[in-house]
Amino acid sequence: MGKTFAEKILAKYGHEKTVVPGQIVTAKPDHLLMHDNAAPIVSKITAELKEYGIANRDLPIIVLDHVIPAAAEKNAAQHKQIREFVKAYKLKHFYDVGYGVCHQIVVEKGLALPGMVLLGSDSHTCSYGAVGAFSTGIDRTEAAALLLTGETWLKVPQSIKMMLRGPLQKGVTAKDVILYIIGDVSASGADYCSVEFHGDVKQLSVDDRFTIANMGVEMGAKNAFFAVDTITTKYLSSIGIKKTQYKPISPDADATYDRELVYNLREIPPVVSVPHGVDNVKPVTEVEGIDIQQCLLGTCTNGRLSDFQIAAKILKGKHVDPRVRLLVLPASRQVYLDAVKAGVMETLVKAGGTVLPPGCGPCLGAHQGVLAPGERCISTSNRNFKGRMGCADAEIYLASPATVAASALHGRITDPRKEMRR
Amino acid sequence: MKVWRYGDNINTDRLFPGKYTYTCSTAEEIKPHLLEDLDPLFAKNVKEGDLIFAGKNFGCGSSREQPVIGLKAVGIAAVVAGSFARIFYRSAINQGLLLLECPEAVSAYHEGDTVSLDVKNGTIMVGSKTFTFPKLPPEILAIRDAGGLLAYTREKLKKRKK
Repeated sequence: MGKTFAEKILAKYGHEKTVVPGQIVTAKPDHLLMHDNAAPIVSKITAELKEYGIANRDLPIIVLDHVIPAAAEKNAAQHKQIREFVKAYKLKHFYDVGYGVCHQIVVEKGLALPGMVLLGSDSHTCSYGAVGAFSTGIDRTEAAALLLTGETWLKVPQSIKMMLRGPLQKGVTAKDVILYIIGDVSASGADYCSVEFHGDVKQLSVDDRFTIANMGVEMGAKNAFFAVDTITTKYLSSIGIKKTQYKPISPDADATYDRELVYNLREIPPVVSVPHGVDNVKPVTEVEGIDIQQCLLGTCTNGRLSDFQIAAKILKGKHVDPRVRLLVLPASRQVYLDAVKAGVMETLVKAGGTVLPPGCGPCLGAHQGVLAPGERCISTSNRNFKGRMGCADAEIYLASPATVAASALHGRITDPRKEMRR
Repeated sequence: MKVWRYGDNINTDRLFPGKYTYTCSTAEEIKPHLLEDLDPLFAKNVKEGDLIFAGKNFGCGSSREQPVIGLKAVGIAAVVAGSFARIFYRSAINQGLLLLECPEAVSAYHEGDTVSLDVKNGTIMVGSKTFTFPKLPPEILAIRDAGGLLAYTREKLKKRKK
């Protein structure tokens, strides 16, 4: 009988011939991701680190991204503590302030490869299924234990097959697809499950797949996965990774799924996720005209060159509405540089954009672009929970880069298709 | 013993606002902000032995563990919910906070019902009705019995060294 991706990779890493959903395996992940939270993680195990050291200095990846540059003395002290830890244990994968958001860095630097298992103390660790890896989030305590032992338990999840059929319509992006799907299955619709995307996925670039896999956790998924194809191998080769450096694992054609869902992409319009839940999804036409004060373009969900190109096409030669603050947040320094070279940043800045340092910035409400009571923000990020951007009395709408750019132009939520007639 | 009731999809931002995640890590720092944007009375009035009854997908959202550490520290005896989000579920095992996935018990509860918990036998009584909840697999019970993941890891490392 055929096996799903999750069953095959967890059998391999669990040293079992075959596994079934519900079975628990002990696995050694290839990498453990941490960010600014590496400081509280390391503080939990000061004595143990002294006595036992770390399991493997190739295991941890640390990227400073959540509150960068430090917003307060406490953040600065944590960053300093992390740098000292990295030095003391000669860690191999450290990216200081300014490299970018951890998830973008992991993919961009070729640290997540097809057929690998990665765990990270961040819920959006599920992003690396975009390049055929198995990756999922854990808490700080588990990250601490992994630093010491290099291994943990993983339950083999049930798998859901999501079949994407047909071409995307004009003005519709990967972001609309994943928001639409989350709206369909609900915020708990894929709880504990491995979600595999199949069908007409050749039209989706690695950037698109990243956007989709990134939001897997917003429907409760353990991981989200795209099988390796020529799109993946071309991307990996563009970042200097040869085919000989990885061993893809693909689901069997006759694998058994807990559920199989089919989405006709032709039927998906531009959509917006309205406050205060990601699964509260409506066609943009139903929410058009709502006044907004802040627009956030970027983040690990939609902060890549292709996202900024979509926005720049809409904003070129124009200026955002004077009532709106447009924040531009590149997912990495590399993206930032590429966007500068391509002239895209110039377009966005001329249109009134304020470029923030590559990091998490306003997405989690810790600093930069915190909202005021009564304000509304439309954002390309992945969460619109009440209070997410630092203020419980503000509202966050989630949408694609096209919808955010079009909305910035008018100071109210706008159907991007109206700005694409040229 | 009080039962605190909440709905579906109670996310980690409601349980512990993200703006504090890099300034509060210890139980004492966390406690005053617990459920701040969901129920301002909770942190003020919660008592040791209280229970939380909630709908499905409790603890969805970020991987921050402050909600779990905080709920354990204020003495929540168990969170009973329709279902839990996976990282929260794992985190509760790591911190030794008892979670019971029992939608039947949640829907059976009415304001004022007496609730009693029998962890050893895996049952929860709501009013006059008794519900059983499944036992955890041995691999996971071992972590809980050791007193949480860090204690479990310490034991494991000691054994390895011998």
